[in-house]
Amino acid sequence: MCLGIPGQVVLLENAGGLRMGKVRFGGIVRDACLEYVPEVAEGDYVIVHAGFAISRVDEQEAARTYQLLEEMGQLAELDQADVDVEPGGNDSAGSKPDG
Amino acid sequence: MMPGEACPVPVLGHKQIVLGHGSGGKLTQDLVEKLFLANFSNDYLDRLDDQAVLEVNGSRLAFTTDSFVVTPIFFPGGDIGHLAINGTVNDLAMSGATPRFIAAAFILEEGLVSEDLARVVQSMRQAAEEAGVLLVTGDTKVVDRGKGDQVFITTTGLGVLERPVKISADQARPGDRVLLSGTIGDHGMAIMSRREGLEFEGPIESDTAALHTLVAGMLDTSEQIHCLRDPTRGGVATILNEIAARSQVGMELEGRSVPVRESVKGACEILGLDPLYVANEGKLVAVVAPEVADAVLERMRSHPLGRHSCCIGQVVAAHPRRVLLKTEIGGTRVLDVMLGEPLPRIC
Amino acid sequence: MKYLDEYRDADLARRLLKEIQQVQRRPWVLMEVCGGQTHSIVKYGVDDLLPRDIELVHGPGCPVCVTPLELIDKAHAIAARRDVIFCSFGDMLRVPGSECDLLTVKSRGADVRVVYSPLDCLKLARKHPEKQVVFFAIGFETTAPANAMLVWRAKQEGIRNVSVLVSHVLVPPAIEAILDSPWNRVQGFLGPGHVCAIMGYREYEEISARYKVPIVITGFEPVDLLEGVLMTIRQLEEGQARVENQYVRAVTREGNQAAQELVAKVFEVGERKWRGVGPIPNSGYRLREEFSGFDAERRFDVAAIDTQEPSVCISGEVLRGVRKPHDCPAFGNDCTPEHPLGATMVSSEGACAAYYLYGRRQKTTVGG
Repeated sequence: MCLGIPGQVVLLENAGGLRMGKVRFGGIVRDACLEYVPEVAEGDYVIVHAGFAISRVDEQEAARTYQLLEEMGQLAELDQADVDVEPGGNDSAGSKPDG
Repeated sequence: MMPGEACPVPVLGHKQIVLGHGSGGKLTQDLVEKLFLANFSNDYLDRLDDQAVLEVNGSRLAFTTDSFVVTPIFFPGGDIGHLAINGTVNDLAMSGATPRFIAAAFILEEGLVSEDLARVVQSMRQAAEEAGVLLVTGDTKVVDRGKGDQVFITTTGLGVLERPVKISADQARPGDRVLLSGTIGDHGMAIMSRREGLEFEGPIESDTAALHTLVAGMLDTSEQIHCLRDPTRGGVATILNEIAARSQVGMELEGRSVPVRESVKGACEILGLDPLYVANEGKLVAVVAPEVADAVLERMRSHPLGRHSCCIGQVVAAHPRRVLLKTEIGGTRVLDVMLGEPLPRIC
Repeated sequence: MKYLDEYRDADLARRLLKEIQQVQRRPWVLMEVCGGQTHSIVKYGVDDLLPRDIELVHGPGCPVCVTPLELIDKAHAIAARRDVIFCSFGDMLRVPGSECDLLTVKSRGADVRVVYSPLDCLKLARKHPEKQVVFFAIGFETTAPANAMLVWRAKQEGIRNVSVLVSHVLVPPAIEAILDSPWNRVQGFLGPGHVCAIMGYREYEEISARYKVPIVITGFEPVDLLEGVLMTIRQLEEGQARVENQYVRAVTREGNQAAQELVAKVFEVGERKWRGVGPIPNSGYRLREEFSGFDAERRFDVAAIDTQEPSVCISGEVLRGVRKPHDCPAFGNDCTPEHPLGATMVSSEGACAAYYLYGRRQKTTVGG
């Protein structure tokens, strides 16, 4: 369970003593409660679940582990074993910027 | 095992109508097939297209009706007035017809602010002028406060088919290409962004628009257009399932080809919704012969309402009635019809 | 979207699959604990891509499915009251009680509203002082801090017309129940990433050591899931059994202290009933005594509602990963998402519904 989506904190706010903030997800902004991520600063990424930031995304850890993932992948690429998966369709895919 | 024997939970017999019956998904299908078709079955109705094509004294007329109930009545990018004209114009256009005449019936709730009604009517006037249709007859009723939701509008449309085309959901053939005229989910998420308890800020606007000139351009390019639908309630996934079922064909879609605005994607992610099931009000899905697909696509892209048109998949003979989607990472899943109203989820 | 798109990369997925194929020597049965992971697995066709003899069984990690029937009946009784605005996450609206679902209760005139955040209930309570605003507080550890904050703020601000109907369950007791089962086939777990974002994973280290089973705390995107599978398989092939954290960008060993503190102030651990499983000791949260004034069960006197579930449907076994959805004779014919007969068909997160929705209606050859 637990749909949690990463978004970027764009504004810190105080609502009657409650730490709140505006968080950007793709092209939209929603209010989220930041009470559980007291260390968070504007520009940080947080995981938001049911209107609450439940953790701050550790950007350094993310970059480090992603790089390991990519390197491991490249090592695997050198191997000749063939997997029956084709990369998906064209590159004009996916998202269009909002005007 | 006897039906019902295995269940700790009694089968929902739907003693009453629930919202899901109006969602455009599976419950709507059930209602239409088990109640309306069962009572009114005839050659025109049985086609279950968004309009009927009637032959009258040698002319071919497209005839359709549609009710508009939307909360809130004003939303980013439009209002119920725009929808009431464009929705019916589009249902006519999806047969290849030129929309000509509209009838409108208003059910107003006691207490509706007159100025709001005036705004809605002005939007209708503007949309009708842009679509080149005349509003030629109508009706008004007022119900007690609490018996309606500000305003309900029903529009009925009449159009003329000037070409010998036969565009219908049962015309898809293996090999055909599936074309989509732009980004999906804009309208549904624009409405959602204004729902109490779900509000968010962003550049999402309804895509409400009249599509008949886009269709005319496509037909100028080729008459090898087999199916046309505007994916409103239930979204693209539901429409494609209907076509697959009516034509007894399978479909294979390329998930990565489906264009979604970043803002719509963001909104769908946080609410746990799939854009393929979210409503559109200014988009069409076309199933066209493979040899003309590129030319039709090019023509679509030259139209302001089709700038982001793309091919999202093809019709296949395999697995009839099933729509398969190749996912972003190369896996495959079945794209089913929607069950009921899409609900935001936290799990 | 940053931190989503790069974890949905086809190239990376392909490479991870290659790596999995190279590492794997024997067939294995893994369980993804969390319904959100199940959802991703079927949505992206992850299971479709994995080698045939790596079997993923779906865990009980769906608070919607495991909410007991009697609590849903209580929700309906409360929602039907004229003085109540009943608020819920969208997930609970289609869950059938003994007689119908919340959408049907709404169609009969009840004021039932979907909210995105529990805090929205405070706004509603202020806006409608003449009404009782009741929130259906469901969820696992991930949602508990959000639900706790609603109660905490209501008390702080002296908002009296708010109450919560609590159905909070915990993941570790459920994993233990699975591992204690004589029919258990699960050899390794993908741990619930967002539950651990709150709780950390020290509890899972105990479980892993006690049962000698690898647990890899895993995220929710397809690349996360594939990496979680790879890490689990690698441990199994090497005969290891420890907790690893695949989801390092969001999860630390200690979890979210601030959230844990507030949850502990508002809730205490106690026995909870799980739909399709029965009562599990210390498996859920209930309101602490000092917050009992916000307990909807007390406020609306629905304690007498005690619905028994006939245990004919196999959802309990599906929840525990003992059997697969299509092992049930009712699956896909008498039991569909529109007419769910059991817990696991109830929510789109449930294993049966996920199988049904994404068309996995054919039996696959099952190893193990």
